[in-house]
Amino acid sequence: MKKMLILSTALVATGFAASAQEVVVVSWGGAYEASQVEAYNKPFTEKTGIKVTMVAADNPASPLKAQVEAGNVTADVFDIEVSDAIRLCDEGALVEIDPAILPPAPDGTPAIDDFVDGALRDCAVANIVWGTVIAYDTTKFPNGQPMTAADFFDLEGFPGKRGLPKNAKRTLYLALIADGVPAAEIYDVLGTDEGVARAFAKLDTIKDSVVWWEAGAQPPQLLADGEVTMSTVYNGRIFDAIVAEGKPFDIVWDGQYMDLDMFAIPKNSPNPEAAMEYLKFATDTERLAGQASYISYGPARKSSAALVGKYKDGVTDMAPHMPTNPENMQNAVLDDPEFWADHDVELNELFNAWLAG
Amino acid sequence: MTDVSASILTTADGKPLKAALAASQARARRKAFMLVAPLFLFVVITFVIPIGQMLFQSVYNDTFSATAPALRQWFDENPPGTEPDEAAYAALVSDLRLMREERSAGAAGTRINYDISGTRSMFTGMARKADKLEPPYKEAVLAEDKKWDNPDVWRAMRSASSPFTIDFYLAALDMTRDETGSIVGVKEGQAVYKMLFGRTLFLSALITVMCMALAFPIAHMLATLPMAKSNLLMILVLLPFWTSLLVRTTSWMVLLQSQGVVNDFLVWAGIVGDDGRIQMMYNQIGTVVAMTHILLPFMVLPLYSVMRTIPPSYVRAARSLGATSWTAFRRIYLPQTLPGIGAGALLVFILAVGYYITPALVGGADGQLISNLIAFHMQKSLNWSLAAALAALLLGGILILYWLYDRLVGIDNMKLG
Amino acid sequence: MALPTYASPLEKAWYYTYHVICALIFLFLIAPILIVMPLSFNAEPYFTFSDKMLAFDPEGYSMRWYDSLLTFGMIAPDAVRDGSWWADAWHNAKWVQAAKNSVIIGFFSTLLATILGTLAALGLSRPEMPFRRAIMAVLISPMIVPIIITATGLFFFYSKTGLANSYPGIILAHATLGIPFVIITVTATLIGFDHSLSRAAASLGANPRTTFFKVIMPLILPGVVSGALFAFVTSFDEVVVVLFVADHSQQTIPRQMWNGIREQISPAILAVATILVIISIALLTTVELLRRRSERLRGVTPH
Repeated sequence: MKKMLILSTALVATGFAASAQEVVVVSWGGAYEASQVEAYNKPFTEKTGIKVTMVAADNPASPLKAQVEAGNVTADVFDIEVSDAIRLCDEGALVEIDPAILPPAPDGTPAIDDFVDGALRDCAVANIVWGTVIAYDTTKFPNGQPMTAADFFDLEGFPGKRGLPKNAKRTLYLALIADGVPAAEIYDVLGTDEGVARAFAKLDTIKDSVVWWEAGAQPPQLLADGEVTMSTVYNGRIFDAIVAEGKPFDIVWDGQYMDLDMFAIPKNSPNPEAAMEYLKFATDTERLAGQASYISYGPARKSSAALVGKYKDGVTDMAPHMPTNPENMQNAVLDDPEFWADHDVELNELFNAWLAG
Repeated sequence: MTDVSASILTTADGKPLKAALAASQARARRKAFMLVAPLFLFVVITFVIPIGQMLFQSVYNDTFSATAPALRQWFDENPPGTEPDEAAYAALVSDLRLMREERSAGAAGTRINYDISGTRSMFTGMARKADKLEPPYKEAVLAEDKKWDNPDVWRAMRSASSPFTIDFYLAALDMTRDETGSIVGVKEGQAVYKMLFGRTLFLSALITVMCMALAFPIAHMLATLPMAKSNLLMILVLLPFWTSLLVRTTSWMVLLQSQGVVNDFLVWAGIVGDDGRIQMMYNQIGTVVAMTHILLPFMVLPLYSVMRTIPPSYVRAARSLGATSWTAFRRIYLPQTLPGIGAGALLVFILAVGYYITPALVGGADGQLISNLIAFHMQKSLNWSLAAALAALLLGGILILYWLYDRLVGIDNMKLG
Repeated sequence: MALPTYASPLEKAWYYTYHVICALIFLFLIAPILIVMPLSFNAEPYFTFSDKMLAFDPEGYSMRWYDSLLTFGMIAPDAVRDGSWWADAWHNAKWVQAAKNSVIIGFFSTLLATILGTLAALGLSRPEMPFRRAIMAVLISPMIVPIIITATGLFFFYSKTGLANSYPGIILAHATLGIPFVIITVTATLIGFDHSLSRAAASLGANPRTTFFKVIMPLILPGVVSGALFAFVTSFDEVVVVLFVADHSQQTIPRQMWNGIREQISPAILAVATILVIISIALLTTVELLRRRSERLRGVTPH
């Protein structure tokens, strides 16, 4: 029986190798993409013979939606945020994924119990937990380092340009936190017109000093080039700059924004079978744990957490750098995907009008 | 009869000369046309038709009308201004159920959201609950979400229930419709596009003027130097022209950034302090400087070719008649260069108005031009109809300038080095 | 234009100021292009001259960024540099792939633009051509219409017709963009063209084909070649259409640069830029030589 299983797996594997030689994955570029290449793509190609092509996007949800609407889908797997996964699933753009097909944990726990809360959606499976944090150049503030989100808006105490992403989702919450709104109440406040006005009013105080970024790889670069002294940044990217490149940067965890990233497959993708194989492979326990040794993003499976150890350099402990580390979560804003699925378009419209005006 | 035919000139084979000439003329015309026809057809297919199709989307959008048949029928049966009654809400619920089934609530809601910001979630939210609603629907819907009472939403749905619309042109001009359906400006804080068109025109004009100011002296020098020397110097103008746009933009990023060559030089020279480095990139300065550099050759070349033809003896004659050098320049030389200035300025302005790459890379937030906004609506917000409307307005303006260029300069006089 | 002996002191002062101004403008034109060259040899990952570079210390310079152009994207970049290493680079290095794509797309779009454009220019330069002005305006318009409008138009059109994400799609689009340049340069050569030459050939018994290849072609060839070079450069430099209608398998050099600039402008971008500048110098030299040859052939002497 066991022999037959191996044989059939081998047959299926070679079958795939013969029919679909490629799977195209759209991700966020930079250090994050590099970690996925190491943790998922290389072992996947080794095992199945299917070549994985990575394509970088500022936010893969934009090309995904554009491709679906134009009726011209060119990639198979997209790495997107939960709110986008919900929205696109609602709009019928994504293939539904039955959690039963996902591999169980090594101890036999079925996938549906192994993933963290909210990590399994109708059309998407989470791979990582990540945070958007404030990072700064330690050499620029000799008289005391920034500690809180409010310091980000304090141009006198901490002079220099600020880096912020060019969208509503990752700017408005920060303004409210800095304005004294407790993390738990962010969405209640943001759900009202007054709350939105309050966030923009706070952003107005630094508007002239902001350099806007779009790709996740830009903020570490802006810090390194001295274009900004402080910027919000995805926590894994800044970890990469600090640990791998030895840059003099540090992180303010106050007011971090925690979110999940998910793999989703659009309808009418060029290689649907290979895409599903890739998704199953990349979200198994070992792969998700492996990814955490290349970049400081938390695995979305409980069974992976125990396997997370040291960074690829063999000395750096990953745990303190994870967004899920309790110490880093003291004033964390948790993503509310339903809120953003409904309000992202509207708030972005207001954001763009504010930005242009 | 014979008299008449004898008086007509004929060719050797007896055909009337006039007819033979006309036939040969027609043949020549046909031949010329046949040579041009393949390319003309090619350009029509690969260029004119695609753009036309794209622009059509600015007046045609069926995302709502195709997903809301019951509402469309109710709107057809009831004149504008009718208070939405139970039948209207029943139609709404039936359409929402359909949307739930076809997963099109998001798309339909997005279409209404274009007109009234903050309404997309009404559709997605209510569609999720639509199956559970019981008659009377009006009360049921309003009990769930009071916002459905808003007459603006109903007016927007009425307008969107026909796929043909000019609403996107209104939006592109920062206008909307009020409760009565008449056209008014949008609320303060939401107006973007007029300001951006204005900024695009202003920055393009500024870049054109800068190009003029920089091109005039060097074109004059090139035109008055002996040919051998001017040919050498001409290379300095032509090399940027032949160098990749991205290379030139990169160079400017290297030069202008805070830790870049220009700031380093200023700090080294003691003009600014190390902490007072000037922000020259990710703002309008970056856009203007880089675009001036990139478009300068388009100004130098036409100016040069006009200045070459101005005989130096005119100015000398003026001087010998007692004019000061300034007067001679102003009254004699400058007027003769006007055709070159006009040709260059129009070309630079036309090209600048449609620029995308350079502002996208070095412009930051306030150095963005209208093209960048078109790209934003194409790739990020996916409001393709609005992108098409903005594109149509931009294209309209450019075609007018192009027509002007053809009238004043003539397209065949365009010079490329 | 030497300074006349009767010039007043004010005029003298102006004369020198004028030369300084011109020199500064020429510097403005050329410096940004030359600045990338030395910086691309920077041993450090920065964009400014390090102290070692300014002291001309060989240690401050290195070829590492040129090397990274080869190794980026390779499967085994650190392997021994033997035949299989080079094969790896040839098949997998991203910049090498981009260069291959750029050359393929550039070559075919140039071919298409040159053939169609030259034929059309011959037709357009005939005095009998009906609707000459209007047709010319349409054919030149790809150069005038903002590239973002062209690109979005093609995005929808190609998505519907299946040309999106294919080489033919990009080649057709780039050919369209290159056509105005071919028409402008070829019609410029034809302006001085003496039509009695082809009549003479015909009267001497040459058929139209012979006339074209033996008489017309050699005379307009310089214009055709410079038009072709312009078309090639247009394609080689184009990024917006590629951004909109190409997928990952048709990435060109400018597309790859666009990625690099947006994300991480490491000096590797400057290395690419340097190579591109050298290519432009070569192309410019060719065009200049051709222009002079054409002037000589047509008997137009520089005045």
